[in-house]
Amino acid sequence: MSTSNFTRRGVLKTSALAGAGVALPTIFTASSAAAYMNEPKGSTVTLGFNVPQSGPYADEGADELRAYELAVEHLNGGGDGGLMNTFSSKALKGNGILGKKVEYVTGDTQTKSDAARASAKSMIEKDGAVMITGGSSSGVAVAVQALCQEAGVIFMAGLTHSNDTTGKDKKANGFRHFFNSYMSGAALAPVLQKMYGSDRKAYHLTADYNWGYTTEEAVKSSTEAMGWETVNAVKTPLTQTDFSSYIAPVLQSGADVLVLNHYGGNMVNSLTNAVQFGLRDKQVNGKNFEIVVPLYSRLMAKGAGANVKGIFGSTNWHWSLTDEGSKAFVKSFGEKYGFPPSQAAHTCYVQALLYADACERAGTFNPCGVVEALEGFEFDGMGNGKTLYRAEDHQCFKDVLVVKGKENPTSEFDLLEIVEVTPVEQVTYAPDHPQMAGGELGTCNPGA
Amino acid sequence: MLGLDKKDYTLLLIVAGLTMLAPFILNPFPEGSGLAQFNAGYPDLMQRFVIFGIFAIGFNILFGLTGYLSFGHAAFLGVGSYAAIWMMKLLTTNVIPAMVMAVIIAGLFALIVGYVSLRRSGIYFSILTLAFAQMSFAMAYSVLTPLTGGETGLQLKIADARILDGALEAGEQARANLFGLNMSSSYEMSVGSWLFTFNTGYYIAALVMLASFYLAIRIFRSPFGLMLRAVKSNQNRLNYTGLNPRPYTLAAFVISGMYAGLAGGLMVAMDTQVGPERMFWTASGEVVLMTILGGAGTLIGPVLGAGLIKYMENILSKINKDILHQWFAFLPDGLEDFIITLVYPFIGKGWHLTLGIIFMMVVIFLPGGLVEGGQRIAKLFKGKDADEDGAQTKPAE
Repeated sequence: MSTSNFTRRGVLKTSALAGAGVALPTIFTASSAAAYMNEPKGSTVTLGFNVPQSGPYADEGADELRAYELAVEHLNGGGDGGLMNTFSSKALKGNGILGKKVEYVTGDTQTKSDAARASAKSMIEKDGAVMITGGSSSGVAVAVQALCQEAGVIFMAGLTHSNDTTGKDKKANGFRHFFNSYMSGAALAPVLQKMYGSDRKAYHLTADYNWGYTTEEAVKSSTEAMGWETVNAVKTPLTQTDFSSYIAPVLQSGADVLVLNHYGGNMVNSLTNAVQFGLRDKQVNGKNFEIVVPLYSRLMAKGAGANVKGIFGSTNWHWSLTDEGSKAFVKSFGEKYGFPPSQAAHTCYVQALLYADACERAGTFNPCGVVEALEGFEFDGMGNGKTLYRAEDHQCFKDVLVVKGKENPTSEFDLLEIVEVTPVEQVTYAPDHPQMAGGELGTCNPGA
Repeated sequence: MLGLDKKDYTLLLIVAGLTMLAPFILNPFPEGSGLAQFNAGYPDLMQRFVIFGIFAIGFNILFGLTGYLSFGHAAFLGVGSYAAIWMMKLLTTNVIPAMVMAVIIAGLFALIVGYVSLRRSGIYFSILTLAFAQMSFAMAYSVLTPLTGGETGLQLKIADARILDGALEAGEQARANLFGLNMSSSYEMSVGSWLFTFNTGYYIAALVMLASFYLAIRIFRSPFGLMLRAVKSNQNRLNYTGLNPRPYTLAAFVISGMYAGLAGGLMVAMDTQVGPERMFWTASGEVVLMTILGGAGTLIGPVLGAGLIKYMENILSKINKDILHQWFAFLPDGLEDFIITLVYPFIGKGWHLTLGIIFMMVVIFLPGGLVEGGQRIAKLFKGKDADEDGAQTKPAE
């Protein structure tokens, strides 16, 4: 217990302190109101590159960061300009964005929503980033996209393949250049029909989380539409490393195609197990047993080694494409880092350039202006042919590549060969397609 | 004052002062200077400091007082978060019902887990709690997807029910608020080249943290707290005196689960998003680290530990190679590269390594945590009688 005695001296002291306290604010200058969140005031503009630097997708994160550094170099007028030379829009001049030099901050998403949001928040609140981009998983993309919508900055998604990102979790401030599960299914199905016939029994092994579900659904509905039958679809825990107990029942099920809705390390392990079990040498129903991997990446193919030979899958972009844009990108990336870029690097680089270009065309960094410039934007020369940023869901529509594990790879980067470039019309869907339904884009939020 | 003796009251005042003045204390470097990298006074991190402070205070009530080491406390944090976001989605975006519901649901869940796990002690108890937490994580990640949103988690949507709130105006978003006071609204004050941010959400979280801290002091000093210490020092002897320790340990477990739930609810109130990683075992391990790093069984220790770990996670991890090159640019090229090669593994994504080293140092040289370090320093300055008037409390035996 303490007692308080008012003494004359005490009261004087207190009032002197209080007086000083009252006088204090007059020396402060209140910060002037900005028109929108993190309006760049100086001669520079800050972008936030939020990529996984640790955790299961650290390799992809590292490649994304390389691509962003390259993009910043090109935007600021360094290097050979890369895709800026082949890009159909000529608004970018190599003097930064709107004359402001591009600077960047980096963060680690750890492939966890919480960590990704914390890192994105610090970029927005502390470093004053006007745009956040990157990431290598749909959970993170959805989480960060929602954060950017709340905070009033633009989010340019990195590698995220789940339908949800521009489906039920779409946001007005978020944009995705990468393709999605639906497109994978729609692109793969015709090729599979051509190669394996339309009388097949498929067995799905699906990673037990959101991306797995949407991919399974997409592949299932596309293959069933052409006459395949789905025998069974089994969920596998994400943390599973040994899939032998899941592979054994496949043989007894009477199925003759195994679809592995797995990504990253999961896919490397399940494919290796399946091949070791001799599935590919089996004959079922008088047909060769086949394996399909809906989403391929070069880093995964590298992990699975010789097991990927002859296995079909889809991918967003591949460095062996021969259009001008792809060649220009592979050249400047290769010159800087000494090896060809991955599809994650490509999508991130393109996203950075698209954002910069949208700012130039809008004449402002204001998220609402950028959204307006990107919505319905048609462009070419970025390596995927003619591309449209659809206004209804902020998803890019472009050709999708169907690839196959190469039989005779010449190097550790030359693991996939392009089987077919599925034209954009074939993978386009209505914005209210059942696999995408349930979300609302809302309106752009400029923050502040 | 407030039923506390002078020492505890001083401690409470110190904590109150630190939390209220945090925007100044954590932003000591002017904007734009090289050292601004180390500023931590932005709303998100300040909120994290106090929220994880609450989490660690609650954990310490169980671990510090009874000695029962729970390795599954993140489960309660996660359950509280899910409860809170559902309240916000279904009822109202006001944070009060969300936080209340978070505490209640986490408390009930802790009752069930505690009832089962407390049948064992020592390592078996730890493993049981760990198993429960991993189970919760796995279920939230996959089978409970309709309830938890799976990997993607849950967020506020425009189309949510929110039966108590009116319809949103066009272009409006649902935002966490306290009777209309937006959690993310901030007042920015610039003094010279310094910029201080006063964030509504932070101050609300800080007030909740002060209340939790006060409650923790009262529990520590109560007869109930004394019983818990008795459980820690010798449970057999307690049994022989005819006392049944289980109701006490269960009560402590539930209280600490409710603290975790409160922290989870506050996390949602500050940032309306829940993902299952919040319940992953590393999150449970983190709070153990916080408590031990700061000083288990002390009042202020867990808060300090939480602050240190969150600071490193958010500040140290963001220093990349380019920033290092800027710092050491004055050195000749060869030396610059050499020093950067030496330093780089410990910062950026290597911050875990630094944390590990600090943790080892603390466990080896300061078994009482940072608090013991503070006491030793105080002793150096004050001589022998430091123990009497030092504001810090001794670790429980």
